[in-house]
Amino acid sequence: MTNRTLALLGRGYLGLILFFLYAPILVMAAMSFNASAFYQLPFSFSTEWYAKLWSNREILSAAGRSVWIACVVTVLATAAGTAASIALFRYDVPGKRVLQVLLFPPIAIPWLITGTAMLIFFFGIGIGRGTPAVIIGHVALALPYVIVVVTARLATFDATLEEAARSLGAGAWTVTMRVTVPWILPGIVAGGLFAFAVSFDQFVVSYFLSEPGDTTLPVLIYTSIRKGFTPEINAISTIIIAVSMGIMVLAARYSNFGGER
Amino acid sequence: MAQVRVEGLTKTYGGARALDAVSLSFPDGGFFGLLGPSGSGKTTLLRAIAGFVVPDAGRVFIGDAPVENVPVEAREIGMVFQNYALFPNMTVAQNVAFGLEVRKVAAAERARRVAEALELVQLGPFGARKTNELSGGQRQRVAMARAIVTRPRVLLLDEPLSALDKALRVDMQIELKRIQREVGITTIFVTHDQEEALTLSDRIGILKDGRLVRHGPPREVYDDPRDAFTARFLGEANLISGVPEAGGLRLPDGGLIAGARTATVAVRPENLRISLCEPQGPVRLRARLRQRIFAGAMGTCVLDWRGEALKAVGRDRDFADLPGEGEVWLTWDADDTIALEG
Repeated sequence: MTNRTLALLGRGYLGLILFFLYAPILVMAAMSFNASAFYQLPFSFSTEWYAKLWSNREILSAAGRSVWIACVVTVLATAAGTAASIALFRYDVPGKRVLQVLLFPPIAIPWLITGTAMLIFFFGIGIGRGTPAVIIGHVALALPYVIVVVTARLATFDATLEEAARSLGAGAWTVTMRVTVPWILPGIVAGGLFAFAVSFDQFVVSYFLSEPGDTTLPVLIYTSIRKGFTPEINAISTIIIAVSMGIMVLAARYSNFGGER
Repeated sequence: MAQVRVEGLTKTYGGARALDAVSLSFPDGGFFGLLGPSGSGKTTLLRAIAGFVVPDAGRVFIGDAPVENVPVEAREIGMVFQNYALFPNMTVAQNVAFGLEVRKVAAAERARRVAEALELVQLGPFGARKTNELSGGQRQRVAMARAIVTRPRVLLLDEPLSALDKALRVDMQIELKRIQREVGITTIFVTHDQEEALTLSDRIGILKDGRLVRHGPPREVYDDPRDAFTARFLGEANLISGVPEAGGLRLPDGGLIAGARTATVAVRPENLRISLCEPQGPVRLRARLRQRIFAGAMGTCVLDWRGEALKAVGRDRDFADLPGEGEVWLTWDADDTIALEG
């Protein structure tokens, strides 16, 4: 095969991937602006379904709760994840390797299993279902993402800078806040955005851990679909996709996927 | 300013002894050079004084107070790192001000002292610059200003000039010496460059395999190195071995180095003289000239004496009459024979 045909094949392949990834999303986004409730064509533009969202108390309160939970999770996961990354960078803790490996199951184990395990465990220790359980679950899921991104940024940090700061009389806290954190800030911001996205988009763990009638947006969407489909779901889903992709674009910009900026 | 002292300092990494019972006194206000090949323990010693390395055994004193249990940040030291370690998120002035801020020095006083320190290192107008806009030599000066602005009790320099190119290094040596004289801080610096150690230091210490081999004023150590390692590490040395007897050192080729009492002696290359006809002096060797190397004003002759490589250094015109290769006579003044122990 010539290079030209290879290049063409490559492009076709890439095109197919993008098509199957984004065509359903684009169709859904388009339908959210279609006046017909039954996906009838021809397409007639309308913002009716977006307007209806505003009067749907259930969706609004679930959206509010999702944002609120995602914010709390972002703060907790980013703080804990950054602290863990700095600790793993700075100290030779015994069993450091094992510890680093142990932080990955939330990425590797299916969420369904994690969710079931958490539900059983939380009932066992008396936390049960509800918002605190959801927050704890989300933090556990988001933590490894923060650690991975912040650790990647720390790999470009010159540890001698910490020694220099100490030699100038700075204690551990000052060294961290004045020297280390400013350098890894892009990583911390990116990690926080990932944490927000993990929490905001989370379905399985939220479904298992939230109480009926007191759910997050993805869970509400799922239960609504089971009752019957309305284009309102298209509208809210389109908004979620826009927000999530916006966050990912920001995260990618800040972290540059772990590389030097 | 303070005298620094270490006693019986020992540090082991894995199985390797980085420091082996090192005891040494660094005089108040002096400029002390720690010299040795890589892996000799010189950096470990410096870092133990700074507090970054916790010794397995031994004591460190700054002033008269033991500091083994004092963390780095409370030891009142100034340190210049090999890569300068300037804070990239701060300007030149902010870098220099860092130590004063940490010590909660008032803003006006801080500004005054930062300006003073930058003036001292001749970077007065550079305060607002970003550190990545500076040349290597300028970074070195900022690192120096940052380290001395807090008026530390001791200044520690870890190969401070090794990242600079040769010409700049020589300028900075003079500069470093001037700054140290002006502030008068007890300074300890680590280098693997013997010329740098000789130029800068009032006293030097030579380490090998974690042990302190020799210490003293540079000239004294250079003139009387006492052992083969020091003789070869500090400057260059031609080693000549034989059997000591009543009149001197009997050489395997039958010659005699009169007055020498040890089995091995050293002669500095600059003290060797080469001639084509047999010299009259008491010390003479028959050797083979292998190569003449021209290096501008100075020249080097590589010689072979009974399989041992010897070296003579001198002005190139002193060697002008010599052939490119062939049998020659070597001689030197009896005073220039250096006795070596062991």
